[in-house]
Amino acid sequence: MTSRKAFYLLVGLLIVSGLGLTLHRHYTFDIPWLPGEQRQTWSIEAKVEFEAQGKEVLASLAIPGTQPGFTQLSQQTASPGYGLAYTKRDNGGHRAEWSIRHASGEQALYYKVDMLLDPYAVPPEPSQPPALKVSIEKEPYATSANQLLDRAEERSSTPYTLARELIQEFKNQSQNAELLAQLKPQTQWIVQLLQQAGVPARQVHALFLEDGRRRQELVTYIQVFDGSDYQLFNPETGEQGRPENLLLWEYHSGPVLELIGGTNSHVTFSMIQQELPFGVALNQKFADEKLINFSLYTLPLEEQALFKGILLIPVGVLVVVLMRILVGLKTSGTFMPVLIALAFIQTSLVTGLVGFLLIVGTGLLIRSYLSYLNLLLVARISAVIIMVIGIIAIFSILAYKLGLTEGMKITFFPMIILAWTIERMSVLWEEEGPHQVVIQGGGSLLVAVLAYLAMNNEFIRHLTFNFLGIQLILMGLVLMAGNYTGYRLLELKRFKPLTEDHL
Amino acid sequence: MNLNVLNWLKDVKSRYVHPNKLAKIGVLGMNERNIAYISRYNPRRLYPLVDDKLQTKEIVLEAGVNAPDLIGTITEQHQVDDLLDIIKNTAGFCIKPAHGSGGKGILVVTGSDDFGYHKANGQILKLADLERHVSNILAGLFSLGGRTDVAIIEALIQFDDCFNGYTFEGVPDTRVIVFKGFPVMAMMRLSTADSNGKANLHQGAVGVGLDIGNGSAVRAVQFDRPVLLHPDTGRNLLDLQVPHWDQLLHLSASCYEMSGLGYLGTDIVLDRTKGPMLLELNARPGLSIQVANGEGLLPRLKKVEALTNAKKMSIEQRIAFSKEHFSRRS
Repeated sequence: MTSRKAFYLLVGLLIVSGLGLTLHRHYTFDIPWLPGEQRQTWSIEAKVEFEAQGKEVLASLAIPGTQPGFTQLSQQTASPGYGLAYTKRDNGGHRAEWSIRHASGEQALYYKVDMLLDPYAVPPEPSQPPALKVSIEKEPYATSANQLLDRAEERSSTPYTLARELIQEFKNQSQNAELLAQLKPQTQWIVQLLQQAGVPARQVHALFLEDGRRRQELVTYIQVFDGSDYQLFNPETGEQGRPENLLLWEYHSGPVLELIGGTNSHVTFSMIQQELPFGVALNQKFADEKLINFSLYTLPLEEQALFKGILLIPVGVLVVVLMRILVGLKTSGTFMPVLIALAFIQTSLVTGLVGFLLIVGTGLLIRSYLSYLNLLLVARISAVIIMVIGIIAIFSILAYKLGLTEGMKITFFPMIILAWTIERMSVLWEEEGPHQVVIQGGGSLLVAVLAYLAMNNEFIRHLTFNFLGIQLILMGLVLMAGNYTGYRLLELKRFKPLTEDHL
Repeated sequence: MNLNVLNWLKDVKSRYVHPNKLAKIGVLGMNERNIAYISRYNPRRLYPLVDDKLQTKEIVLEAGVNAPDLIGTITEQHQVDDLLDIIKNTAGFCIKPAHGSGGKGILVVTGSDDFGYHKANGQILKLADLERHVSNILAGLFSLGGRTDVAIIEALIQFDDCFNGYTFEGVPDTRVIVFKGFPVMAMMRLSTADSNGKANLHQGAVGVGLDIGNGSAVRAVQFDRPVLLHPDTGRNLLDLQVPHWDQLLHLSASCYEMSGLGYLGTDIVLDRTKGPMLLELNARPGLSIQVANGEGLLPRLKKVEALTNAKKMSIEQRIAFSKEHFSRRS
């Protein structure tokens, strides 16, 4: 009985790991349980405007990448006449660079990016803290600044609390703050003082996302590092953390825009919110994903479509197993119903059923003549295959001539399988009579229809494709069914007379 | 409307029985038979011994078990011309496929004269008809899955007259389930007009449950329903008594040693002069025998499984055990 124990262990392991994988995918990759769920995406357009001075122009715009909260899906530019390159700086910042030999007058360059609102976004590389640099200020600014810093240091313990207190001090000591503001903006002072205190910090440029807004400007935030972690601080309020709708645009200590050969430049942003089916969103998300992620979304679209079908087969197989072991239906050819069900998926149910009955019925008629010829088996099957192809061709042409385009779908049926079905049915007819043909043929069709209904179910398709763990669960269920020693449903009927003497 | 659905549901429910009830009688289901008996007690490698009647014949000869004589075999199409040589010295014979199942492709010739070969039902065949039948067998017309096959020509069994009136055409045979060498359950299969002379219960043959103790009928069914009279001949089926019962049990029990199969169906016919003869072995015997006997197999199988010294018991001891424990009237 030890083998039984090992068996249940295996089944348990399969089902538990299947469930685990499935839950893992749901919670770490945010793949919904139900199909047709929508994901929010933002389309943001940056418009760079400047006046060209009639000579060569080089414009370099910082562009956002995947960051906590957002996954970059796609980007595009519109800028007639300009050459375009996406470049990456040493500090990790990505930029769009436009260049042209001659330009004059008002220029407008457009950059559009689609960002997926994604709580599970994984930045391609972690944010690097900027290098500390200490700058010497002249009096009286140095003294005022030090006063502010000392006060803040007294009341703080960690880099984050220091940042918060420093911002607070700028509000409390308004005289000092005003004095400092004459030299450079408050945000710069805060960053500089943090650096002076040994805390890596930088200014970042961010964008508040609001649906349908146009001509928006970037706002500055302060990014404060504690080791490899960082927090964002609102320099006005001292509020810590990223507001939900805040997208970091430039966060690599670089300028938002660098322009050579132009003046009066400014960048404005407009944005709209969109709902994307999650499948489309995921496809885009994983389109150029290099991180090791065992997902079918990393495959090319054509292979994805192929796998969508392949991953459904275990579902059909499970239906067959349950029907045969638990119910006791007879089918001709163990897994023939699954293949027929796959064909039904292509043809739609009614067309498929009519087509199947037409082909098999006609095939049986012709096959009954073949059995008079006393052929050897291989030759006979081959003849039946050719015959099936002939029947399919004739029905297709007939359907086309009659204007029934649905009829053309008959070609989706697997011909070899049909040939074997006809052969088996025909032998069955000769050996056991038409009654058995109806029972087994009907059983096969019933199972095929059930398998079709299961495999064509939107929910099941969604689950099998998105959660590979489901396959392990199906495997576990099939193994369990293979160990079932109880009565089949139809046996309860068959053996009923037995119980009648034993009341 | 609702009432109709309710009534329909009740009607459906009344045609099914609660599984607990079946379990209480110990009815063996298909799944349990496959897992707990066939795959546990019948090693796969031994299947060809029973699925191929030619191999069965060999082990039967080796074991000296009483069985119809083998007159000849035809394995290749070009040997079909030799058919006349094989059959010319035999009055009655039977041509069957080695891999046939359920009595398909069996041609019985009771005698021959100048007109041709006489079938059991009076039809007269020419030699060419016989030859065509043999080529059909070789082409696999009657074998499972249509594999090419071998034709076997056997001496005819002179059926014992004791079953006259109990069967319509066809061969009355006795099926005994032998579990680890113990005959556990038996039934007689009688062909009817419904079954076209075939002895398969699902085709409409009558199954008569037999008392392991003495070979007398305990119950008869057709299409899984109890019957009292043979539907064609009108004889009272419960009067049936199989003669040479001990000899028959001995024959079936000895098939265990011969085949090595632990869960075995033996098909036995009674010859007028030679007594019980082994016709066929079956490694996957059906479950209808339970319906014919009105009893489940499980209690009997369990009783045999519970024996610790089963291996050491002789055939006689096993039969005595079966008679003692599985008889109705003991």
